Amino acid sequence: MATRMTLQSAYGETLRELGGHYSNLVVLDADLSKITQTVHFARSYPDRFLNVGIAEQNLMAIAAGLATTGMIPIAHTYACFASMRACEQVRTFISYPGLNVKIVTTSAGIEEGWSGVTHQAIEDMAIMRTIPNMTVVAPSDPFLTRRAAEAMVSHRGPVYMRLGRNPFPVIYQDGVSFTLGKAIRIREGEDVTLIACGIMVEKALRAAEMLQAEGIRARVLDMHTIKPLDEEAVLSAARETGALVTAEDHLVAGGLGGAVAELLASRCPTPLERIGLQDTFGETGDPEKLFEKYGMTPGDLVAAARRAIARKG
Amino acid sequence: MPASMELIAELERKANGLRCDVVKMCYHAGSGHPGGSLSAADMVAALYFHFLRLDPGNPKWEDRDRFIMSKGHACPVLYAALCRRGFFPEEVLWTLRRFGSPLQGHPDMKSTPGLDMTSGSLGNGLSIGVGMALGGRIAGKDFRVYVMLGDGELQEGLVWEGAMAASHFRLDRLTALVDYNKLQIDGENREVMNLEPLVGKWQQFGWHTIEIDGNDMAQVVRAIEEAQRTGGRPTCIIGHTIKGKGVSYMEGAAEWHGRAPTQEELERALAELGEKGGNA
Repeated sequence: MATRMTLQSAYGETLRELGGHYSNLVVLDADLSKITQTVHFARSYPDRFLNVGIAEQNLMAIAAGLATTGMIPIAHTYACFASMRACEQVRTFISYPGLNVKIVTTSAGIEEGWSGVTHQAIEDMAIMRTIPNMTVVAPSDPFLTRRAAEAMVSHRGPVYMRLGRNPFPVIYQDGVSFTLGKAIRIREGEDVTLIACGIMVEKALRAAEMLQAEGIRARVLDMHTIKPLDEEAVLSAARETGALVTAEDHLVAGGLGGAVAELLASRCPTPLERIGLQDTFGETGDPEKLFEKYGMTPGDLVAAARRAIARKG
Repeated sequence: MPASMELIAELERKANGLRCDVVKMCYHAGSGHPGGSLSAADMVAALYFHFLRLDPGNPKWEDRDRFIMSKGHACPVLYAALCRRGFFPEEVLWTLRRFGSPLQGHPDMKSTPGLDMTSGSLGNGLSIGVGMALGGRIAGKDFRVYVMLGDGELQEGLVWEGAMAASHFRLDRLTALVDYNKLQIDGENREVMNLEPLVGKWQQFGWHTIEIDGNDMAQVVRAIEEAQRTGGRPTCIIGHTIKGKGVSYMEGAAEWHGRAPTQEELERALAELGEKGGNA
């Protein structure tokens, strides 16, 4: 079995399967169907596939109109364009009326690597998370992506799901279960909790191994749903381990780190360190080089865990 | 078959009634957009009292025709039409823009019975109408979709993304109606950002176009009938209108884009309109 696989290929296959289960599923793309892997659905269900060209605002507005007729539209494009170029269409015409539109994006984060800042969405979770009615999902692994896609389609209401671009490490096995808004506790620990989403989950697991070698037992939560946040999982981690680290391929402001910080500040103040982009844009390059430069490696998580533990009262 | 004189006269009475409602609603609200509501009243009346296939007892009927007021600030005339078509009682009209009212400052499909789409942020309605028409086609339904566009909002780029898509997908059940009253907040279109040649633009985007006097009911009815007969491509009806139509001191005056009449102004407006029509 492959140890790395793109989330898109897992998603694309699942999408085609879902097309057989839901006769009202309509897939929209904006000239990226080979990258978003909607091509498989398009071949099987050409009458329910719409390519709107390079026009992301149109993509979202058409999806809104489709949803009013009882369809379940899924709009696909890059995370940058879905969250920023088409932000108002998403906010005012999808989320405000609570229409049953799904948005699935690729090239989320600096993990995208080589295309550079224009195509690296580092604000998308923050933007989507502040929109009322919106659910925000960032899966970490191909198998989880499959289950997340199924949960997204069966959920009634707008959902934003961000996928990376390059092959992701396989973490789970087929049959992993996914519940929207319910974190997966993939590693037990009492000294510190690493809360991660997307590509950073596997890095958090590696960091936990490294901490184990130092005698530090780290809990790891796969917080695949950023909104609604699994508050119970975060608060019990705060109470039981007393130190937290968040990790996301995104700005630390407004995304997973922001969501956890907001919750802790009001419910359970706890030492927290946030791994991710610190008020900076990314740049072109090999993703591993970028993760090193911007302090997002397993080693950086280890150092952050030590800092958080040192701040315990 | 040409529309009968009786039908035209009846629709003119309905349009006049909507105009009376609009000025009264804006007076009660103390704000709102009378100018663009009055210019659109004839096209809205023709749709709601003759063309649209609707069931006020079942506002969410899946086979109903859809109407999107893309120029959402003209919602007073749309709310009046929904009310007079039987979707909600008259007293609701006088709650426009009040806290707790089902008649929000700009259209909210969740609040108002019979309202097909949220709008207000300009330039979005045509693309949403494209989505509705595609949804109808995929579902094998024969409903039609009408989108009313303001002239000023044609300056938004998304309108033309929607125009391109509508002809690409050959959406002949989609009709756009442009309320071409020539005025926007800062003045005349041609001075703010010229739209001309407007008919040519729609033609070049692959639409069947019909240019009419949008305040002449007989022309409005004929144009919508022609749109319904046109196959293979969407139709754009460009209706030349007068902003504030029917109230002399509002006609052609940009200041009445977004201001409510005083009591004295209201009385003058109602006297001019005769407060007649089929609604009283």
